[in-house]
Amino acid sequence: MDFDLTEEQRLLRDAVERLVAEEYDFDKRKAYAQEPAGFSPARWAQYAELGLLGLPFPEALGGVGGTPVETMLVMEAFGRGLVLEPYLATVVLGGGLLLLGGSAAQQQEMVPEIARGRLRLAFAFGERQARYDLADVATTATAAAGGGFVLSGAKGVVLHGDSADRLIVTARTAGGPREREGISLFLVDAQAAGVTVRGYPTVDGLRAAEIAFREVRLGPEALLGPRDHGLDLAERAIDLGIAAVAAEAVGAMSALHELTIDYLKTRKQFGVAIGSFQALQHRAVDMFVALEQARSMSYLATMMAEAEDALQRRRMLSAAKVQIGRSARFLGQQAIQLHGGVGMTMEYKAGHYFKRLAMIDTLFGDADHHLALVAESGGLIDAA
Amino acid sequence: MDLRFTPEEIAFREEVRRFFREALPESIRRKMVDGRHLDKADIVAWQRILNARGWAVPDWPVEWGGTGWTPVQRYIFQEEMQQAPAPQPLGFGVNMVGPVIIAFGSEAQKRHYLPRIRNIDDWWCQGFSEPGSGSDLASLKTRAERVGDHYLVNGQKTWTTLAQHADMIFCLVRTNPRVKKQEGISFLLIDMKSPGITVRPIVTMDGGAEVNEVFFDDVEVPAENLVGEEGKGWDYAKFLLGHERTGIARVGVSKQRIRRLKELAALEPAGGGRRMIDDRRFREKIAAIEVELKALEMTQLRVVSAERQGRSKKPDPASSILKLKGSEIQQAVSELLMEVVGPYAMPYQPDEEGWNEPPIGADYAGPLAPTYFNWRKISIYGGSNEIQRNIVAKAILGL
Repeated sequence: MDFDLTEEQRLLRDAVERLVAEEYDFDKRKAYAQEPAGFSPARWAQYAELGLLGLPFPEALGGVGGTPVETMLVMEAFGRGLVLEPYLATVVLGGGLLLLGGSAAQQQEMVPEIARGRLRLAFAFGERQARYDLADVATTATAAAGGGFVLSGAKGVVLHGDSADRLIVTARTAGGPREREGISLFLVDAQAAGVTVRGYPTVDGLRAAEIAFREVRLGPEALLGPRDHGLDLAERAIDLGIAAVAAEAVGAMSALHELTIDYLKTRKQFGVAIGSFQALQHRAVDMFVALEQARSMSYLATMMAEAEDALQRRRMLSAAKVQIGRSARFLGQQAIQLHGGVGMTMEYKAGHYFKRLAMIDTLFGDADHHLALVAESGGLIDAA
Repeated sequence: MDLRFTPEEIAFREEVRRFFREALPESIRRKMVDGRHLDKADIVAWQRILNARGWAVPDWPVEWGGTGWTPVQRYIFQEEMQQAPAPQPLGFGVNMVGPVIIAFGSEAQKRHYLPRIRNIDDWWCQGFSEPGSGSDLASLKTRAERVGDHYLVNGQKTWTTLAQHADMIFCLVRTNPRVKKQEGISFLLIDMKSPGITVRPIVTMDGGAEVNEVFFDDVEVPAENLVGEEGKGWDYAKFLLGHERTGIARVGVSKQRIRRLKELAALEPAGGGRRMIDDRRFREKIAAIEVELKALEMTQLRVVSAERQGRSKKPDPASSILKLKGSEIQQAVSELLMEVVGPYAMPYQPDEEGWNEPPIGADYAGPLAPTYFNWRKISIYGGSNEIQRNIVAKAILGL
């Protein structure tokens, strides 16, 4: 049992933190967001050069052979910088799905391309009626005469769906609505006939898309993972995503807390620094406790993200998402409150952290959703 | 980063667990599960069992009976003890005065007191708080005047836990009223049988009387009962309060109480033929606490891991977080343990010797509301949660 980083991991963390500090200040980020894709292709190329885009992949596939710990370190640093690039969508979710469920041919074709920065993916799992239920899939893929499938339906709030070259889509190949069985995953070219992508900015400055599929013809090689039994695969990838955004949230919360403490020490009212007031000190401490509890659960999520025991893994990842959501909401709200008026402005960084933290709660299921999952699974501690 | 314990640590956990299963008297375990009062004989008997096994004072230096365990082993031991559930060895001796004597006491004090603390031959209590000195402890007024070869002590201590059983009390006393308040304080060991000491119980809202007022009226204390130097008592007290924070989060206690809560929720009716455990809202209330507790357990493991690396020889400031969150969680669990029995939280059923009425409602219901009342103390004692926040604001946040 230890929480130490290896020498390589420390070097990686330092390198990514330095990159974020140098290339991701407030003004640069604003400029990146104005680029056509909504992020910086130059930064993306730099991540590829540094090996970040191949971090979780085996060396045989052009990767670095990292574990979820390496991903955590990158995401935490990205959280501090409010990084805009589609690392979560492409490397964590897309790459994760390929590694977990892809055939050798699919992996060899796509994983090295991701690592080189030449292929971007998006995971289209959400639907309008489903809220956070991954099994509530109305999109259908019916077997086509002569092999292959025909895909029809619509996916909503697909992270970075407008800049992806390929989409990974959950669709029903059997079974009724909301059944766990009968779901399959498909690789779909974003340019394919019948695919309509409506991209838009999200309120936290990132990008997403509503995507419609109208009788899109797919070859048999488009199937990713087992036919009809794809939900486990989707859940495992979402768990990798939860661990990643937990780390991102911890990075954002740390930075926002530091920003707030600095403000308390420098802002003067009534002739003294406002940080000398006990009411504000205690609030700052409660924020710190929320942050450290979230950090602890980010570590847990990271270490459980690839656990074989699915029930334990799902429980712990849900528990982590509950803690992250609650901590982020409390810390974010109090950070704005303690800043007063300046915290409200678009020109100040605190509000941007606040918005990202609020949106991370809605990613992959919010705190209430995951609390219900923890409770339904019997909780974290077995009865006497 | 790795959550797994080593094979040696897993074997150690098994060894400890087996010991608690075999050595803890069933009558004591039952009282712990039910949340009933332990009497003096229970606590003495259990600590002597631990001492016979060599485990009464794991954290002490080996030469004084400590085990030389790693921080991880100490953590495992604490957690298993709390989950057994077994009583902790009497903290006033083992975790408070013992370490102070080891660090600052004379050779004679060490040789006399330390073995007696281990075996609970002396029952110790703590004389810190006074009616006018709670969070502002350094303002204490109990006077100790040096007269020849002894001190003459006059004043009053309060909230003295289990003083009714005590043989000895360690006191902060004012030996010099003419210097800065922190610098005029000394640390005295006082025999509770000394003439001039009066103990008066304070009945708390749960109906129990575990705390007392202790009055000192011209009490003569031999000068050799001074610990360390005159005027250094405040430093020793800070050492004591910062020392031995393992287990302060009481994660094992909360785990055990949540297990108990789920056990009772499976028994308690929720109306309409259902049980409380079937009530979605109640289950989510439990789950919310479990999530916080899991996070706290991880936070505690982070502190233990850092300790093992020797990165924090001094008490980790994170231990303030452990106390803050740990107390909130224990209180939240005690609240649900009262709620789970619904209207049967109401009947007043004293938990005392000689009360032999048949139980009203389920036999487990009686102590649940009183425990909820009593556990409000957890966020008050040992430096209130507001004082803990002051410490974190200053020591960690630099405010």
